[in-house]
Amino acid sequence: MNWILSTFERLWVTALFLAVPILGVWTWVIADRYGWWFPENVSSYGDQIDHLFYVIMWMVAVTFVITEVVLAIVILYFTERKQGRSTYTHGSHKLELIWTAVPALLLVFIAFSQMEAWNDVKIDLPRGVATAEVPYTVDEPIFDVWASQFDWRVRYPDENGNFEGAGVIESPYDIYVPVDTRVVFRLRSRDVLHSFFVPNFRLKQDAVPGMAIPVWFEAQKTGSYDLICAELCGWGHYKMAGRVHVLPKDEYAAWLATARREHRSNGADDLVALGDGDDDDDE
Amino acid sequence: MSSSISSTPLGIDPPGTVHVTHDHHELGFWRKYVFSVDHKVIGIQFLFTGLFTLLLGGLMAMAIRWQLAFPWTQMPILGKILFPETGGVATPEGYTMLFTMHGTIMVFFVIIPLLTGAFGNFLIPLMIGAPDMAFPKLNMLGYWWMWPGIALILLAFGTEGGGPASGWTAYPPLSTIEAAAPGSMSGQTLWLLALTFSGVSSMMGAINYVTTIVKMRAPGLSLFRMPLSIWGLFIAALLQLFALPVLTAAGFMQLFDRIFDAGFFTPPDIVVNGFSAEAAGNAAGGHPLLWQHLFWFYSHPAVYIMVLPAMGFVSDILAVHARKPIFGYKPMVYSISAIAGLGFIVWGHHMFMSGMNPTVGMVFMTATIMIALPSAVKVFNWLGTLWGARIRLTTPMLFALAFVSMFIIGGLSGIWMASTPVDIYIHDTYIVVAHFHYVVFAGSVLAIFGAIYHWFPKMFGRMMNETLGKIHFLGTFIFTNGVFFMMHQIGIAGLMRRTADPYAYETYAHLQPLNEFISYCAFALLFWQIFFVVNLVVSLGWGKRVGRNPWGATTLEWDAPSPPGHGNFDSQLVVVRGAYEYAVPGEDADFLPQNDPSAVPDGPTHAPHAPTPAPVHASS
Repeated sequence: MNWILSTFERLWVTALFLAVPILGVWTWVIADRYGWWFPENVSSYGDQIDHLFYVIMWMVAVTFVITEVVLAIVILYFTERKQGRSTYTHGSHKLELIWTAVPALLLVFIAFSQMEAWNDVKIDLPRGVATAEVPYTVDEPIFDVWASQFDWRVRYPDENGNFEGAGVIESPYDIYVPVDTRVVFRLRSRDVLHSFFVPNFRLKQDAVPGMAIPVWFEAQKTGSYDLICAELCGWGHYKMAGRVHVLPKDEYAAWLATARREHRSNGADDLVALGDGDDDDDE
Repeated sequence: MSSSISSTPLGIDPPGTVHVTHDHHELGFWRKYVFSVDHKVIGIQFLFTGLFTLLLGGLMAMAIRWQLAFPWTQMPILGKILFPETGGVATPEGYTMLFTMHGTIMVFFVIIPLLTGAFGNFLIPLMIGAPDMAFPKLNMLGYWWMWPGIALILLAFGTEGGGPASGWTAYPPLSTIEAAAPGSMSGQTLWLLALTFSGVSSMMGAINYVTTIVKMRAPGLSLFRMPLSIWGLFIAALLQLFALPVLTAAGFMQLFDRIFDAGFFTPPDIVVNGFSAEAAGNAAGGHPLLWQHLFWFYSHPAVYIMVLPAMGFVSDILAVHARKPIFGYKPMVYSISAIAGLGFIVWGHHMFMSGMNPTVGMVFMTATIMIALPSAVKVFNWLGTLWGARIRLTTPMLFALAFVSMFIIGGLSGIWMASTPVDIYIHDTYIVVAHFHYVVFAGSVLAIFGAIYHWFPKMFGRMMNETLGKIHFLGTFIFTNGVFFMMHQIGIAGLMRRTADPYAYETYAHLQPLNEFISYCAFALLFWQIFFVVNLVVSLGWGKRVGRNPWGATTLEWDAPSPPGHGNFDSQLVVVRGAYEYAVPGEDADFLPQNDPSAVPDGPTHAPHAPTPAPVHASS
């Protein structure tokens, strides 16, 4: 009787631990079908980021399945069921060398393979972006995004690239950008920390009061995308939403012209209260 | 039978307070159970306090899960307590307070006190053959210093504006400017004070652990003969010694910002909710990122404080219940040390998106990715330990095996977070939440359960019920994975943490059913702990009495009576071998206790004879 109970126990424990890799892999396989997966990528560097995710995913998946299955097998085979003792060993120098050196090489490979993408997205920016010395053109727009509790405001400069004065446009909530164009903006916060997150662009950057952080993206598909605040900013954090509208280039130019015209006719605005345009950038 | 232990620890404490000279030295109720200086009583006090706060933090998690599954609906049971003014419906600011308090309580008042406070106190003197801690009174003070922290953090809920609401990370300016959030009024000040109390408590413990381990090991117990539990606790204590002062200092800086407008973390020209820092005479010129650097300089090593002792316990439990020496003992020690060492230069990976210079991010990324190496070495060595073993599937063993399985998941998902480009997308999403809950809950908390089942007989002289234990294990294992595994998926779908109502976004609208599933698993997980509580209570009163060494283990604590009396051991133990001599060929016994000189050909010839370990399951 006793051996029946112990065999049963051995089997259910093995099954339980084996279920981890089986169900684990299964949920990742079906995830896409239920939308539990990446939202569509529409930015130029999104593929780079997704690709790295998948490279790591395959390494992680193989390691995960092998180690979890070995664990289950070990439970199945080495659970006490007959007389005799464990193998007496304190380790193996050779094995230690192998399972230190192989992961070490893999990890170094992973580390180095990330650097190019990181450089492209976050480091390699046009000179002078942080201080808005780069001239504004319709073909290469540059604008300011101001975050504050709990909204996003975009400030487009006037035709001469000035961020002050009557020709400046401020758009709350909605950001308009041209498709297939490298768009650069300076991210700022008026009060607390926020984070500019557009899942479809694979773009995230914290907004820090006192800093003007340069950010760029190039959207490759027209449409409207969620802009989400990704850094806790107070009670209304969950509803600090915005929309990024990617327009065909001619529509964008038309929108900009209309906005400037309407803005002029509306006269005064609250732009001055936003800040003096100076950069307290310390990076 | 009363024999004295000759060594007064360090000779620092006045005679009569620490060491025991005879068995008939009876203390009154208060000195014995409440203001005790006995490390075992203090450890058990920490244990029950930690389990109580675990329940508090767990209930808050349930409220969070309710809101995420059914936003803005009436919360059963908990809603009446948490949100009486709205009839049980969560408020947005209430939600931010909930996850702030859940994180704070779990990190500072559950995991750290349970691992280092409860098991560090109980195990260190017993496993190194010492009669008590080096500084028993400091030890007692360390425990009682934690209570003002718990009291303050709970009181914070009752202040005007409510509890702190800037996350357990308390990033300024949200946390420093009162106008920024309701919770940033007095609640945040109390939060800072509570953390200071908890930090001082941990510091007293850490000083004690390090001193005790360095100075009070039994003769023959060299560093490389120490059980891995002691190594884990030792390195964790060192981490606390080096990292805690930074958090404490940062906490005071934030306190100064709040009370005296010092402006350490306040930039010059901010206007929060109509409040202008400049107009208010704030000294200004500070920087919000400074806090993040200081905070994570402590709080990243804190992650290892929360897992290294658990790794040690798991190693010991695996060896005992697999009846096999630890595979690669020294590589295990080196990897613990490597994790701790590297742990000090990876804090920046919390700040990849923070606005920190992105070039610095590359350095932090490389260091962070390399920390996966010692973690992997540990996993391989655990598997090596189990290979060729004779595993006994006891309850503590099941939890230890679960730790290995879960730590693999938590460790592997960390590689994505370390990669700076991938982190651009997944930073602050639920994949991060899944990652750290796999390490801290599915890892450390399951290891704590295993440690409770394993050392309960030593603490109370009784076994816990194995059947209830296995039922507890089965449900806990299933529901833990039900809760946290699916969080990877909603994280990849882009769901942000700390979002009270995600479904207003087009991107997230379809994730509600999956969140509902996760929440049901979470409710079941909490409910299932009833089996643990019943087992604990029943076993305390009516569990089967055991002898000194019910598991047939080699380490020194099993040489003491169960439960050990004041002073722990019958006589001074002398250690003659390492901690993991199981299944030694040519020996009659399946295990050779560390202090049993009988079977050592090269052992000290005139070692005082240690008491023969009582046979398994004999009564003491």
